[in-house]
Amino acid sequence: MSGGHAHGLYRPGHSAVHRLAPQVKVAATLAFVVAVVATPRTAFWAFGVDAAVVVAVAVAAGVPLGLLARRLVVEVPFVAFALFLPLVGQAPHTDVLGLSLSVPGLWGAWNILVKGTLGVAATTLLATTTSVSELLCGLDRLRVPRAFTAIAGFMVRYAEVITGELRRMRIARLSRGYDGRWLWQGRAVAASAGTLFIRSFERGERIHVAMLSRGFSGELPPAAGERAGRRPWLVAAVPAVVAALAAAAAIAGVGS
Amino acid sequence: MRDAAVEVRGLAYSYPDGSHALRRVDLAIEPGERVALLGPNGAGKTTLVLHLNGILVPGAGEIRIGGMPVTKENLKEIRRRVGVVFQDPDDQLFMPTVRDDVAFGPANLGLRGDDLDEAVRTALGAVGMSGAAGRPPHHLSFGQRRRVALATVLAMDPQILVLDEPTSNLDPAARRDLADILVTLPVTAIVVTHDLPYALELCPRSVILNDGVVVADGPTRDVLADTDLLAANRLELPFGFDPTRV
Repeated sequence: MSGGHAHGLYRPGHSAVHRLAPQVKVAATLAFVVAVVATPRTAFWAFGVDAAVVVAVAVAAGVPLGLLARRLVVEVPFVAFALFLPLVGQAPHTDVLGLSLSVPGLWGAWNILVKGTLGVAATTLLATTTSVSELLCGLDRLRVPRAFTAIAGFMVRYAEVITGELRRMRIARLSRGYDGRWLWQGRAVAASAGTLFIRSFERGERIHVAMLSRGFSGELPPAAGERAGRRPWLVAAVPAVVAALAAAAAIAGVGS
Repeated sequence: MRDAAVEVRGLAYSYPDGSHALRRVDLAIEPGERVALLGPNGAGKTTLVLHLNGILVPGAGEIRIGGMPVTKENLKEIRRRVGVVFQDPDDQLFMPTVRDDVAFGPANLGLRGDDLDEAVRTALGAVGMSGAAGRPPHHLSFGQRRRVALATVLAMDPQILVLDEPTSNLDPAARRDLADILVTLPVTAIVVTHDLPYALELCPRSVILNDGVVVADGPTRDVLADTDLLAANRLELPFGFDPTRV
């Protein structure tokens, strides 16, 4: 029994955005997010420019805007927190629909909401157009320490193996008349968790032996992946540069 | 005189808890031979395998691979010469893509660039999995994963191929595919298995290990025809299977 064929957020495609080297996309996304965060919160027009950039990249990548919007749902807990701010913020207050809302609180909420949404949208686009293995390869090319990317790689590789084991253990529990409805039945779940931990630990040892058998000597070989030429870097820099210019213009405008 | 591909002399090993896994194993395998390693669970088969590439260090005795003693200084070369395909492909395949995984072994040997790509291509081609290079291992079927696990070892160009329970969990068609691949490989092979018809088909010679010693060593057909010997070692042919009439 093999696990489901989950591809995560990645949505295969052949657009120019899909074909860009992953290290270029990672760096461009990071730069874009930094530019967004650096934009003063009062510069509404600058955020409009940023949003237009995100939409333009999504269209270029062939990612349906509806899909992008649905994936923004991960942001909801942060939005809930942001909506809380105007209620508890300091004076001065203003009346909106009969509610007395704090003005600094409103600004704070707006700041979190707009920057969070743009940041999540940009990273979602990255994840939608880049497979996990490409992402790891890109991080390697950007000189992220090999230990980090290796750990992330192991996590991705074995998450499905371990959830598969968990699922089989659950089915085996259910098959023996366990319904897990009452608190005192939690003991079986706890025991399963313990068993799963031991099994995963033993699997880790077996993986290590299998790695040693193939000549592993403590250092992972350098990642594959190719150098990106100058052109992809220039193309990918466009969104970040636009956002940075907008931020710079807004800062200059605010300062004057 | 040509060196034996594998030479095990007086090998003994005890686990840290004191239980004897191997008592005294003597075994010589000539280059190009395919040998089945049979025996009940707990006989010491996997323990023996882990000695062949120096994962476990003998309590007594010595092992030579192509004349080279298995010692700490030689480990790198020994692990190039001896390729082990483990029972669970999920233990062996740990990289995000099939290509990365097959490249892992040869990259550890220092291959880079075009040489590395060539090693990966050849190994995947040998097991008929060229089309899967860019896919993550967990998207493959179990039989495909077993073949990729074999490719990860073939990419290191081993002289001796050790397969631990290669047919476990395979459906009959995948079992057949694997046999078709194995007979084409020009290497010395040790096949650890409970699948006695498979041993008969692939390996002219069989060795039975039980309780840490070699209790039988001879032509597979003769070994499997000896019902008393099989019974004494908790081995059994499938119902209706007659090794003398295959």
